[in-house]
Amino acid sequence: MVLGRAFEDMCAQMYYRGKMFGFVHLYNGQEAVSTGFIKLLKKEDSAVSTYRDHVHALSKGVPAREVMSELFGKTTGCCRGQGGSMHMFSKEHNLLGGFAFIGEGIPVATGAAFSSKYRREVLGEADCDHVTLAFFGDGTCNNGQFYECLNLAALWKLPIIFVVENNLWAIGMSHMRATSDPQIWKKGPAFGMPGVHVDGMDVLKVREVAKEAIERARRGEGPTLVECETYRFRGHSLADPDELRDPAEKAHYAARDPITALKKYMIENNLAKEAELKTIEKKIDEVVEDAVEFADESPQPPRSQLLDNVFADPKGFGIGPDGRYRCEDPKFTEGTAHV
Amino acid sequence: MASALRRLGSAAARRGLSTACEDTKKSLFQLPQAGGKSSNLCSAINQALHIALESDPRSYLFGEDVSFGGVFRCTTGLADRYGKSRVFNTPLCEQGIVGFGIGLAAMGNRAIAEIQFADYIFPAFDQIVNEASKFRYRSGNQFNCGGLTIRAPYGAVGHGGHYHSQSPEAFFCHVPGIKVVIPRSPRQAKGLLLSCIRDPNPVVFFEPKAIEEVPEEDYMLPLSEAEVIREGSDITVVGWGAQLSIMEQACAGAEKEGISCELIDLKTLIPWDKETVEASVRKTGRLLISHEAPVTGGFGAEISASIVERCFLRLEAPVARICGLDTPFPLVFEPFYMPTKNKILDAIKATVNY
Repeated sequence: MVLGRAFEDMCAQMYYRGKMFGFVHLYNGQEAVSTGFIKLLKKEDSAVSTYRDHVHALSKGVPAREVMSELFGKTTGCCRGQGGSMHMFSKEHNLLGGFAFIGEGIPVATGAAFSSKYRREVLGEADCDHVTLAFFGDGTCNNGQFYECLNLAALWKLPIIFVVENNLWAIGMSHMRATSDPQIWKKGPAFGMPGVHVDGMDVLKVREVAKEAIERARRGEGPTLVECETYRFRGHSLADPDELRDPAEKAHYAARDPITALKKYMIENNLAKEAELKTIEKKIDEVVEDAVEFADESPQPPRSQLLDNVFADPKGFGIGPDGRYRCEDPKFTEGTAHV
Repeated sequence: MASALRRLGSAAARRGLSTACEDTKKSLFQLPQAGGKSSNLCSAINQALHIALESDPRSYLFGEDVSFGGVFRCTTGLADRYGKSRVFNTPLCEQGIVGFGIGLAAMGNRAIAEIQFADYIFPAFDQIVNEASKFRYRSGNQFNCGGLTIRAPYGAVGHGGHYHSQSPEAFFCHVPGIKVVIPRSPRQAKGLLLSCIRDPNPVVFFEPKAIEEVPEEDYMLPLSEAEVIREGSDITVVGWGAQLSIMEQACAGAEKEGISCELIDLKTLIPWDKETVEASVRKTGRLLISHEAPVTGGFGAEISASIVERCFLRLEAPVARICGLDTPFPLVFEPFYMPTKNKILDAIKATVNY
């Protein structure tokens, strides 16, 4: 959680210094959900996220260096600089992205869950009990794709957990004003799966609920819908002036900061001392600084990368008028492009 | 402003449905004299929306985040002025937003639906292609959704990446039954948007994300009429939307080298003004088209094919298309992907020296 918070704060600094660009959406305040769920996963389990995916990537195990490089658009990033802030993918850590479009990731997660169930039941790989987590927000719960996937997952009893990060706001649209029944967890039983509501600002409570949901999925009992009530401390994105939200509401949730709450809990229950926590924070700061340095020093991607990976065949642009593969013609990307 | 509204008002009183506007007088289609305040595209759109909502009590504006003004501030002040029943936010469901707009329009209202970024229009593609475009045709003119206007900001912004920069106009140009309109500047945007809203056909209006003086009155600009914004004799250069400012720079560069370019703004993509482009190509004998969308299957292909059909013997060089590359819209590589001024200039020279 502390890594997530420190990382996001550093992102904001880098953005305002012009090192990072594009549309960047920060996760401050919602760390408990990411940590509570993803830390219970094995490396082979998959996670699918939204555009607010930096911390999901970090929790899943993608090194901070790679995430920071990706944000800077460098070739050492987790997607070689092709995706940017909103599209974090990692085959090694089974992070199926980062989707800019809301709700687009949910069907993808449903497919991933099906594949793990198939491997177990049809192909007979008895130890394949991989689950998939799909993270998305309250706004997405009014989108058609969400409902279609709830139905599919419940119908086929897929090992997937739908995690709603209900932070009450979809840019400037309040959840209360956009949804006929704002209690999202109730939509689970309508499709035949359990729906659970949990306080998303308390990492221990989230972890408890997550544990049960993941165990359920691993046993083959099907999907769960978990609604985490949480809040984002910053605006929707770094370009959002965040004028619409009531300061009283912000203050209310700021008082329930998951990191402060956990710190207090740990100290009160003698699980750790202040000094130890300070050392952890210091270490995290070093990790983040190192990530920034690494990203800074990393090279920019070469121009030829522009044509890579459009198709499976990297030469998939056919033959040009001069008889050579188009993508090998330096003029195809260089031209007289003025950078 | 008052006299323009009165003329519009009297015409409106004669009509039953709020979507009929057959007898708007030609004079309304002239651009008023310059003398407005300097505004950017979003405030021009804002002015147009104010006028549209003012002049027709049965017009409604909706979409994601429109009540506070929208992510581009095109809709500021509208909810306060016209009330939350006419200007309202919708949940995040593009397919629902457009489908709902079709229903509103079918019942005789003017529905102005906002899609937050053109990249998000794809869930609504089904409704637009299968429902909006065919409504009048398949009901034998009993119903129509002409009152529907869908507005979406489109095009590259410099850092948008895959999903905040696309130019999807080509997909919609393949659909008979709707119109696709793209303004190049704030002044054009206001006039064209008002025409689109009052046009008795469903229209998809793409707004380039760019400052100019905009007159304050109510004025409309005719649809399906291209405009020659720069006269020339050596080559015809055709484009639309934000790309035109790049093309103007290229034309200025070409002029320094002694090439006289005729620059045409298509404005409406379907139905497009073939006559103006044809007349220009008959004069110059050469054609170059430029757009941000990928080159394969882009709208430039349609223009090229139609002009070749009409002007084959007159053409002195192949039709050139300087467009985006055939890759998903890149993030870091945006400057290499875009059809830049230099690429266009090179192509102008190559075509003229063919």
